[in-house]
Amino acid sequence: MDEMKDVVLKYVINEYLEDEDEVLTYDTPLISGGIVDSFSMVSLKRFLENKYKISIPDDKATPEAFDSVTKIVKLVNEFLK
Amino acid sequence: MSNIGSYEERVKDFSWKTAEEELGYKEGEVINIGWHCTDRICKMGKAQKTALIWEGHGGEEKRYTFDDIRKATNTIGHYLKSIGIKSEDRVCLFMDKVPELYLGFLGVLKIGAIAQPLFSAFGDESLFVRLENAQTKAIITQRKHVGKVRKLLERTPFLEHIIIIDHDGLKPLKEREKAFDLEKAEWIDEFEIFPTKAESPSVLHYTSGTTGLPKGVKHVHYSIISQYLTAKWVLDLQDDDIYWCTADPGWVTGTSYGIIGAWSNGVTQCVLDAGFSADSWYKFIQKNKVTMWYSAPTAIRSLMKAGEELVKQYDLSSLRHLASVGEPLNAEAVIWSQRVFGKPFYDTYWQTETGSMMICNYPGMKVKPGSMGKVFPGVTGAVIDEKTFEPITEPNKPGLIGFRPGWPAMMRAYWNNEEIYKKKFANGWYLPGDKSTVDADGYYWFVGRDDDVINTAGHLVSPFEVESALLEHPAVAESAVVSKPDEVNMEVVKAFVTLKPGFEPDEDLELEIMNFIRKKLSPLAMPQEIEYLEKLPKTRSGKIMRRMLRAQEWGQDIGDTSTLDDE
Repeated sequence: MDEMKDVVLKYVINEYLEDEDEVLTYDTPLISGGIVDSFSMVSLKRFLENKYKISIPDDKATPEAFDSVTKIVKLVNEFLK
Repeated sequence: MSNIGSYEERVKDFSWKTAEEELGYKEGEVINIGWHCTDRICKMGKAQKTALIWEGHGGEEKRYTFDDIRKATNTIGHYLKSIGIKSEDRVCLFMDKVPELYLGFLGVLKIGAIAQPLFSAFGDESLFVRLENAQTKAIITQRKHVGKVRKLLERTPFLEHIIIIDHDGLKPLKEREKAFDLEKAEWIDEFEIFPTKAESPSVLHYTSGTTGLPKGVKHVHYSIISQYLTAKWVLDLQDDDIYWCTADPGWVTGTSYGIIGAWSNGVTQCVLDAGFSADSWYKFIQKNKVTMWYSAPTAIRSLMKAGEELVKQYDLSSLRHLASVGEPLNAEAVIWSQRVFGKPFYDTYWQTETGSMMICNYPGMKVKPGSMGKVFPGVTGAVIDEKTFEPITEPNKPGLIGFRPGWPAMMRAYWNNEEIYKKKFANGWYLPGDKSTVDADGYYWFVGRDDDVINTAGHLVSPFEVESALLEHPAVAESAVVSKPDEVNMEVVKAFVTLKPGFEPDEDLELEIMNFIRKKLSPLAMPQEIEYLEKLPKTRSGKIMRRMLRAQEWGQDIGDTSTLDDE
């Protein structure tokens, strides 16, 4: 679980974080915090699907479910089971 | 009673003089949007009225009275003059929806300079082509976005000033960078406004076409006449309203109606600078008791997806009037809104080039769900035959939308592109590039675009721009970009690519290419799907048949393929 959190956090920092001085944690709001917008969420979803060989239905890929690394990991784990 | 009263009566008696008189403007006199939205409202006795309620990430809130925004815009104008910005210099505003974006916009206008707002999610290449085209002299931005500007320094020698509004002093400023903190600056009470006239340039918004680079749409200070009146009659803004325009001022709705329309009417507006979620939007309406809400079909469809149960958790009874813009509002959304909010969203149609609303649904006029409504009083519109460019008189027959030039907010030019500007007119009609029908009652019904431009969530994306950027990816040999249908965004970008030898078409490469475009252009331009092809369909003369690919995505007949090179 923690390993997945680190993988997702690292990906978000590398791909989406524009302000190099901003510190991201597992619980930093990503969507409501303006770090990942709704269009970019598509690429984040694609990353998770490629990385963990899962398919996340569109109705589960909501802004709320993607709003932090912790929530994303919880969502991914639902589909890994 | 609505501001417009009877639409039919307004059409009969219409004169733009109504707005000129209400704004206290006489032909030939000074007219300055910055002054009209701030100083004039204070002179009307509303200095202590709230002008802006701003909420940022995590619930941080700031409030400004009209006197505050008068002084703040004076202060920004004074600062820009002090570093050498002169009238008609282009000043880019490259920020999230922070107060400095709204205040900076008017501060730029107060000194007669030209405001060039750009969407802060643009990647460095999108930013570059727009700065280069405008030969922008200064950019006002935030620490979080300055990295994109720094990448362009060698290619932007014309850009003399990079103004950072939230520099914290922890790292030194770099070449051409300056720190300007509005809250710490000494606010200027008395300020000499530059005496702009009706035809003085005010705003440069960029929009995309099928081919070529983005075009800078030049507007003038006289545009406030139609922005003021349409905000009053269509949005029905009234003195005690709390107005929320959800658009980003990086796009024209966010300036014409997210700044000018509201404040020229002396109305309180609120801004939410946070990412979208249905929950946070309803919470925002409830907290601020929003009465007039101007949003977009994509957002409305996202709210529909979130479900009706969520709506019931909030007190949204303050909502008095709702309107929409961006792409056609489908009938289901209008009916849904009537059911859950007790009132429909009133669709409005216009675009960057028109500067103000052109075809609208009006308070008091019957709404036909799915229709764009009727032409704004004082604007002459018609559905035009595509071959003769004469108006079609037969109801329900599709043709090009056309408007007779002459309304105040009409664009005056494409920046440095007279040739393309001229192509927007035929037989005395301005052609926005959309097709529609008009029924026997005079209601317009959207049919589609007349070109290959992709309208995603109300924003136009040029397939040419995305195709060009795709070719810069090391794996891509050829590319073709079309729209594909999307339940929420109406259309999204889809790319077809062929690969160079040595590259394997797999999912990881697809994601890599998607992110490449997202960072280079913008999240809107990022293909949401990439399809690998052995070869692209082309004519025998080598032109990519984008039409065939688009038809495939939309489940349409692919049409005449006699020119297809199928060898």
